[in-house]
Amino acid sequence: MSKYPIDGKYGKYGGRFVPEVLMAAITELEEAYNSFKNDTDFKKDLKYYLADYAGRPTSLYYAENLTKKIGGAKIYLKREDLAHGGAHKINNTIGQALLAKRMGKKRVIAETGAGQHGVATAMACAVLGLKAEIYMGVEDIRRQRLNMFRMKLLGAKVHPVKSGSKTLKDAINEALRDWVTNIESTYYLIGSVVGPHPYPMIVRDFQNVIGDELKKQFLIKEKKLPDVLVACVGGGSNAIGTFHPFEENLDVKLYGVEAAGKGITSGKHAASLGAGSEGIFHGMLTYVLQDKEGQIQNTHSVSAGLDYPGVGPEHSFLKTLKRAQYKTATDKEAVDAFCLLSQEEGIIPALESSHALAFAIKIAQKMNKDKTVVVTLSGRGDKDVEEVFNYLRGKNE
Amino acid sequence: MSKIEKIFQRLKTKEEGALIGYITAGDPNPKITPLLANSLIRGGVDILELGIPFSDPIADGPTIQAASLRALKAGTTPNQVLEIAGEIKKKQEIPIVILTYYNPIFRMGLEKFFRLSKKYGVNGVVVPDLPVEEANKYREMAKKFEVDTIFLVAPSTSEQRLMKIIKSSSGFLYLVSQFGVTGARETVQDSTVELIKKILPKTTNQIPLAVGFGVSKPEHAKLIVKTGAEGVIVGSAFVNIIEKNQKNINEMLGLIEDLAYKLKESTK
Repeated sequence: MSKYPIDGKYGKYGGRFVPEVLMAAITELEEAYNSFKNDTDFKKDLKYYLADYAGRPTSLYYAENLTKKIGGAKIYLKREDLAHGGAHKINNTIGQALLAKRMGKKRVIAETGAGQHGVATAMACAVLGLKAEIYMGVEDIRRQRLNMFRMKLLGAKVHPVKSGSKTLKDAINEALRDWVTNIESTYYLIGSVVGPHPYPMIVRDFQNVIGDELKKQFLIKEKKLPDVLVACVGGGSNAIGTFHPFEENLDVKLYGVEAAGKGITSGKHAASLGAGSEGIFHGMLTYVLQDKEGQIQNTHSVSAGLDYPGVGPEHSFLKTLKRAQYKTATDKEAVDAFCLLSQEEGIIPALESSHALAFAIKIAQKMNKDKTVVVTLSGRGDKDVEEVFNYLRGKNE
Repeated sequence: MSKIEKIFQRLKTKEEGALIGYITAGDPNPKITPLLANSLIRGGVDILELGIPFSDPIADGPTIQAASLRALKAGTTPNQVLEIAGEIKKKQEIPIVILTYYNPIFRMGLEKFFRLSKKYGVNGVVVPDLPVEEANKYREMAKKFEVDTIFLVAPSTSEQRLMKIIKSSSGFLYLVSQFGVTGARETVQDSTVELIKKILPKTTNQIPLAVGFGVSKPEHAKLIVKTGAEGVIVGSAFVNIIEKNQKNINEMLGLIEDLAYKLKESTK
């Protein structure tokens, strides 16, 4: 499976469905990436920033209290919440910002949902001396006001997006519109394994560090490979980074967990793989949430980072191959897991990661004690404390 | 020779450029679209371009984004847009081009989309997010149902790609005048004139060249035709009139006809 993408596609998924104006830019990007990715200096720079700046490797932590409480398989956490900025997003932004710099682009644009990718982009641009401009939906700004201030503090300019549903998908639309206008000066630093080829490949390659580290760390601790890997899926970058290095290890079961919001039957969710259908959106052929006429639908999740109606094409491929299975967790299940991990381990997980945790708890309960489950804790939950406070207050009133 | 190509040939003998007028179908509601089409035709539009509204129009500026939203709110569906084209065709000879993002076609299925297009008299299709590399089956199906495939070229298109796009295109070639999204602009940039001059030697005697994005005034159309392009595409300028006159349909129809007339005169 490591041979994919072939000609920009994962099986039939992926591709380059973009306006002609962008074709030259994405071809230029692909060529630049292919020439730099094996370049000794580039690799050295990347390694340096990931280690000394971003704090890698992140630890693999055995959640002993949680395991005892659940009473099943051993639960490990891959602690991406400990990476600089508090999420896995920095792995990708450092990589792509280094690439932008090598390509001679001075201006970087990015979209953000929860604000995590925007913050990680602003950080990478600050340290590498690039100008960052971030598109963020006004609905997401309302939910994550402090993240907007964080981006500004880091020297980035934030463009509030008022079009469409005013969330992540519209922020991507606006970033694409900026890119077609300023293509010669500007690098578009996309935040997940989505968009036209080569983005899903580039972002995956930079996020593979999660799974690569995890594999080594786990072998040292347990002298074997884990039985189950679990990661949350919005666009799917932390999940692909976790899964990809294990795709050929067929004994390792892979579970992606999408946001079921208020429940799949309520229609208020963000489960593109679980409840969507094949479509073409943001430059790729993949599973999307759409109506019968092909209009993209609005999504709902308590976590802004999973609130996206599409998904990375490699996930659509893994689903079709049945190499990975995709499950869901509701808002309520995620908030319960959020509280449980905080209490048992003193770790406040991001609401996104809490979806993965909620499913991991379910599956670990049914497994023997000699089995192992690794959950990728994609980010820390400090940003979500207010959202959870409001959620619990709303529920109790 | 397709109906679209015949129009260009006829205009060439008269030494005129073609005026291609765009509106988003269903904006402000599906009932008004045929009336707007009549106004455009009376004003002198040579080819009518109808947009299928899409939820996420990434190549469009604020004007057409808002139009898409109004049309979707009015319940406009892709099927309905094709039916509207059929309704216009019952009374008018004018060639009709459908503009749509790829997902509504993909969702409907290529075979059904082109079968219905043929049934309702659609002459050509433009899909702004479908590059030629992804368009093999699309072109096969379009050919089977005798619908022209109009592809776009941009200022950033390499010469090698340009040749490939010309080979894949029929009806006319849609030149994006400058970097950016759709929307009325004040002036035609010098770079647009240079771009037309650069492209023309490759398209002459191959396929008519029409220029769009930002073209909104008679003097723009005049300059573009004088530079040698065979046609101009005007969209946002018409859509702006629709947006501003939603409460007064007669005023809207009159202003649309006026602008079409002035634009058409400037292509002569």
